Amino acid sequence: MTRIGWLRLPLTLTYVFLYVPVVVLVIMSFNASKSPFSWGGVSTHWYAVLAGDQNVLKGLGNTLVVAAGATVLSVALGTLIAVGLQRHSNSSFLDSFALAPAIVPDIVLGIGLLVFLSLISVTLGLHSVLLAHVVFGMAFVAAVVRARLSQTDPSLEEASRDLGAGQVATFFRITVPSIMPAIIAGALLVFTLSLDEFVIAFFTDGPSTPTLPIVIYSMVRFGVTPEINALASLLMLVSFTAVLAAQRLTRLTDSV
Amino acid sequence: MTSADLVPGRGASRRRARVERVVFLGPGIGYLIAFMAIPVLLILSLTIFKRGRFGGVVYQPTIENFIRAFDPIYLSVLGNSLVIASITTVLALALGYPTAYGIAKLAPKWRTIALIAVVLPFWTNFLIRTYAWIVLLNSEGPINKSLVGAGLIHQPLELLYTRGAVVAGLLYAYIPLMILPLYASIERLDPQLREAAANLGASPWRTFRDVTLPLTLPGAIIGSIFVFVPSMGNFIIPELLGGGKTVMVGNLIRDQFLKARDWPFGAVLALALIMFLVALFALQSWVTRRLNGGGRT
Repeated sequence: MTRIGWLRLPLTLTYVFLYVPVVVLVIMSFNASKSPFSWGGVSTHWYAVLAGDQNVLKGLGNTLVVAAGATVLSVALGTLIAVGLQRHSNSSFLDSFALAPAIVPDIVLGIGLLVFLSLISVTLGLHSVLLAHVVFGMAFVAAVVRARLSQTDPSLEEASRDLGAGQVATFFRITVPSIMPAIIAGALLVFTLSLDEFVIAFFTDGPSTPTLPIVIYSMVRFGVTPEINALASLLMLVSFTAVLAAQRLTRLTDSV
Repeated sequence: MTSADLVPGRGASRRRARVERVVFLGPGIGYLIAFMAIPVLLILSLTIFKRGRFGGVVYQPTIENFIRAFDPIYLSVLGNSLVIASITTVLALALGYPTAYGIAKLAPKWRTIALIAVVLPFWTNFLIRTYAWIVLLNSEGPINKSLVGAGLIHQPLELLYTRGAVVAGLLYAYIPLMILPLYASIERLDPQLREAAANLGASPWRTFRDVTLPLTLPGAIIGSIFVFVPSMGNFIIPELLGGGKTVMVGNLIRDQFLKARDWPFGAVLALALIMFLVALFALQSWVTRRLNGGGRT
């Protein structure tokens, strides 16, 4: 601990920089005052207002539908592709292709899908947001699952096949259980990313089914209200919990 | 050569290997071709066509979109984005490098906690993180209030809706992406190398310059790309924290596709963004190769 010396200064600066906005936001969410800036005593009033806000609730519902659907599809496609790349291919082109969605700027992916879907006359809505989220979701699941696969012993799978189990049985009985923690961690990752994703949803969503980030965007643009502070605090609580859970799972992955 | 090919002379197993490859890789690769490769290629191909009169595209080849991109108005937006993204990246590096270095020097138990603490805000909604800065920087916000309260200033400062606010927002949004790769490269560093340099009489500064810095450069470059690229294409932070006064490439692209409905020109701007990305990755692989080639002798 004493070795860090003067590095204490940048460390402190960074963490102050990272957490002051978060703390201010949470404190302000319990503000009784109508103004989002001045303090009027402690109250949970804005959480009650939030709970009755139909736009927010509808947005939340839409977001959950998209996130759940995108997670299921991403896990299926991402796991398959991870096993395929790790065990059945050694093409470095396919490796980078499968990771590309994590690198392509989200605005490019968003407008690309917008143009593509309108050219093939697909109406935009929650389904198109879901489709779009699977593109990057799959890449993240594949990355997490591959990391795990590289640590597991392929001879287990060979043994299973040598003992007469079919491909399908081997996949579901040997491969999948051995990478389960990574699959769950990947699923949590995609779910959280999808819940929060704004840019791609902004371009691929239809006007009548806004996801929660789109609802937040219009709220923030319209003006600052303490209600947004309350919503922000709740969302942070959800993300923090999900990230810490995923962290525990990956740690399990590492230690097994 | 797949592992199946090494099994001596059985056509059946080779055929099975091919079927397996298709079963495992087919769905995912097919999905990415349909919903990533085709859309991105489509955007690239739009750049050479004329815009329709009421939006849409007329399929007549033209180079006027490219010429238009060199209009001083658009060049200044590009330049502006470049400046803002660069300032953000430099600040992220200046703050991120010593932070990553400090984290790597912590006791192992604290290291994990420190790393999670860096990533945690990154997982909260991007809009919320930006919104937090509207609250902070507002003329009635906590910063101005405490400055006025402390008697340091009489009038609240104009903090929000400035370039500085945009840089602060971008820095806040992306600094974890700088710290993580830096940490990874610093942590991998063999402490014996530094000890050897010190034993041979190198000053701490010289050790840092000649040993630590070159070896952590790849991490610094990756981190810089991770900060620079999304900063450059961001359109929300300039809008919400810059108050529309600061226009960046991302805002232009969004407006061309959603407001002006000039897809071909928007596509040219998106292409400019992609070209920056490609150039940066080329630079990154060049530097890494040079370091791996010449650095060990």
